[in-house]
Amino acid sequence: MAKYKIVHYLNQFFAGIGGEDMAGYEPECREAVLGPGLALKAGLGEDYEIVATVICGDNYFGENLDKATDTIIDMVKKYEPDCFVAGPAFNAGRYGVACGTICKAVEERLGIPVLSGMYVENPGADMFKKDVILVETGNSSATMKKVVPKFVNLIEKMCKGEEILGPSIEGYLERGIRVNYFAEERGAARGMKMLIKKMAGEPFETDLPMPKFDRVAPADPITDIKHAKIAVVTSGGIVPVGNPDHIESSNATKFGYYSMEGMDRLSKDDFMTIHGGYDRQFVLENPNLVVPLDALRKLEKEGEFGELVNYFATTTGTGTATGSAAKFGDSIGQRFKAEGVDGVILVST
Amino acid sequence: MKLELGKFEIKDIQFADKSYIENHVLYVNKAEVEALVLEDDKLKECRLDIARPGESTRITPVKDVIEPRVKVSGGEIFPGIVGKVTPQVGSGRTHALDGCTVVTVGRIVGFQEGVIDMSGVAADYCPFSKTVNLCVVIEPIEGLTTHVYEKAGRMAGLKVATYLGELARNLEPDTLEVYETKPIFEQAAQYPDLPKVGYIHMLQSQGLLHDTYYYGVDAKQFVPTFMYPTEIMDGAIVSGNCVAPCDKVTTYHHFHNPVIDECYKHHGKDINFMGVILTNENVFLADKERHSDMVAKLCEWMQLDGVLITEEGYGNPDTDLMMNCRKVERVGTKVVLITDEFPGKDGKSQSLADTCDEATALASCGQGNMTLQFPAMDKVIGTQEYIESQIGGWAGCINEDGSFEAEIQIIIASTIANGFNKLAARGY
Amino acid sequence: MVKGIEKYGIPVVHMATVVPISKTIGANRIIPGVGIPYPLGDPTQGEEDSYKIRERMVRRALKALQTPVDEQTVFEKDI
Repeated sequence: MAKYKIVHYLNQFFAGIGGEDMAGYEPECREAVLGPGLALKAGLGEDYEIVATVICGDNYFGENLDKATDTIIDMVKKYEPDCFVAGPAFNAGRYGVACGTICKAVEERLGIPVLSGMYVENPGADMFKKDVILVETGNSSATMKKVVPKFVNLIEKMCKGEEILGPSIEGYLERGIRVNYFAEERGAARGMKMLIKKMAGEPFETDLPMPKFDRVAPADPITDIKHAKIAVVTSGGIVPVGNPDHIESSNATKFGYYSMEGMDRLSKDDFMTIHGGYDRQFVLENPNLVVPLDALRKLEKEGEFGELVNYFATTTGTGTATGSAAKFGDSIGQRFKAEGVDGVILVST
Repeated sequence: MKLELGKFEIKDIQFADKSYIENHVLYVNKAEVEALVLEDDKLKECRLDIARPGESTRITPVKDVIEPRVKVSGGEIFPGIVGKVTPQVGSGRTHALDGCTVVTVGRIVGFQEGVIDMSGVAADYCPFSKTVNLCVVIEPIEGLTTHVYEKAGRMAGLKVATYLGELARNLEPDTLEVYETKPIFEQAAQYPDLPKVGYIHMLQSQGLLHDTYYYGVDAKQFVPTFMYPTEIMDGAIVSGNCVAPCDKVTTYHHFHNPVIDECYKHHGKDINFMGVILTNENVFLADKERHSDMVAKLCEWMQLDGVLITEEGYGNPDTDLMMNCRKVERVGTKVVLITDEFPGKDGKSQSLADTCDEATALASCGQGNMTLQFPAMDKVIGTQEYIESQIGGWAGCINEDGSFEAEIQIIIASTIANGFNKLAARGY
Repeated sequence: MVKGIEKYGIPVVHMATVVPISKTIGANRIIPGVGIPYPLGDPTQGEEDSYKIRERMVRRALKALQTPVDEQTVFEKDI
């Protein structure tokens, strides 16, 4: 009787169903080992069993993301596997995206460790490498033999709950997650060694390659300002006195919406700031320095713009992870869109 | 300037009827020190306590950590603040009590005061779990404004460190080290074949609890200047800030600046250490632009082949760091940055708030968002009532028994961005 | 947060002192703030003048929201 159970996900091609002509194949679950699963089974040995293989056509998955995911989750759930493995997808784009999507969903919804693999240029790689461990493969299935041992090693570790080491050791794509460790030497010594090499024109390795921030296309300008609805957002940490929702003073995990209804300006008796990264004395005395309600109300009354949204959104900017900020922005953006906001003034400190 | 630094190895601190040093033990007259602190009428209470390595003791909220030192000749320690502002320091002879510190503790001024654990998992992240610490716990009078309280706390710690350092004035140190940096042309001529290296030292200067002082001058108010490295060993730079505790440069760390230490280690062997360029991290864009221009100007004028740059704090000072990096590289000086990272609790977000293409060499001091389970301790010096508001903590993070979960940024100097610790981060 | 909102097609003007950070994180319409602890106003000049600065900056912000831009643009002067 096998100790560890695995469910494997394959597309129509690797499952032997057909090629492009069968890419619309609806999800099916077979209690069998198919395609690359055979090589994995051989590598894993007796203590592991691939109890089922889920097959889905790449086009079907791509065109029915939610439905396909739900269906497959239900299929996987039944087996209560110790690990879920998808692919490898090599350079097949739709397949790579499907593997990444289904792995991420299985981990989030079923709490099972997941593993997939693909070529570094597969679009699924950039999309999912942060969330899912992706074994690095070549760009064609001819590299399958080399890839199997890496899969086997990681599957075993995941089933047993053993520590997974760095990408270069275990053979997966670098995920962009920063992990602490204690080096042999202190930072200043490492820095000095780097400098001596750099000055001599010798190669060296930096601890942190510079990131590239993504961009959003500029939104179209407001054309009818006299009837425009304007909203205010801030990262300056302005909250009602007492910080009723306990927004953190650094590395905020939440944001809040607070009413300005009936106010002509923000009063220090009603509002304060909890942002821990700047000298708060000025803003505590006059919160309008960050949320300029006094100026906005005046301009609203004079008809310079249509209407001021009667609440503002706020969080703390210092130490707050860019990932958190992106989530807050997305949530706020959705709400503003639904409420017909035409333009936003976002103030930072 | 040439400085003789005599070190006394201190293995323990004990309270006694009088204050003196004998057989590697520092004896302290509690009443005398408490009275010294209470000379400041802004403080209504002062209590001393001792924390030793390995004890189940937690010290929080910590304002500053200072090493006791005395100028035997060549001026007075902490010039312009405790000692007289003139003559300038950095030469003559200084005695230091090595292995012990003065820690100022008390009700928080802002959010950014930190924790020191003397044992347990968090102790590995803090250098002061390995020193014996005289804790000065202070209580301000009612109604004190934050700026005034901060100053009172700062002065209390410095006065106690000065008082204790004085005890070593006429004694023979256990070791004697000599550090020398010559005036610029002589220094360049001393090792003509070695690359000329400088250290760009960025000082935190952003306002309340974010200030640093050079000979008593608020760093906000100066423009970049040259400093002999030995001046820092005599307390020319004093901390007035509590940026996120993890990268606060305590006054102790100013004395023990690891980059200056490394530069002297390599001096005459791989590099010709020319000196330090001091600059600040102001809250106005014009200052950031102006001062990075001036830093690059000094690098070029000193004909430096390479520099190390360290930062204090995170967030908007990352912009100063990158501006310095870009402009200095563009005048032909090679740059290595030393700093810490804040990529969010899951480690997946961007580590720095700003970037530049020229930042090709960076030594990491670790990431401050990683969380740790802090165990309950038998003894707390200070109070844990503020843990949830201290940076790195959050509402509900603390348990009834005194244990809590928090990011390591709550630990004093855990990721200090001057490269003092071995902690680093890598990409997974 | 700026990009999170702007991707829904709503123009956002980012008023911040540290313009390089605003640019790095990708804001498209940027107005330099006065200072980090007081972006919209200057309390060191007294309440009246501080308010005048604030109103001017908010007016500029409204104008920036009405200005088409192809790339990241810093509005340093009133339009």
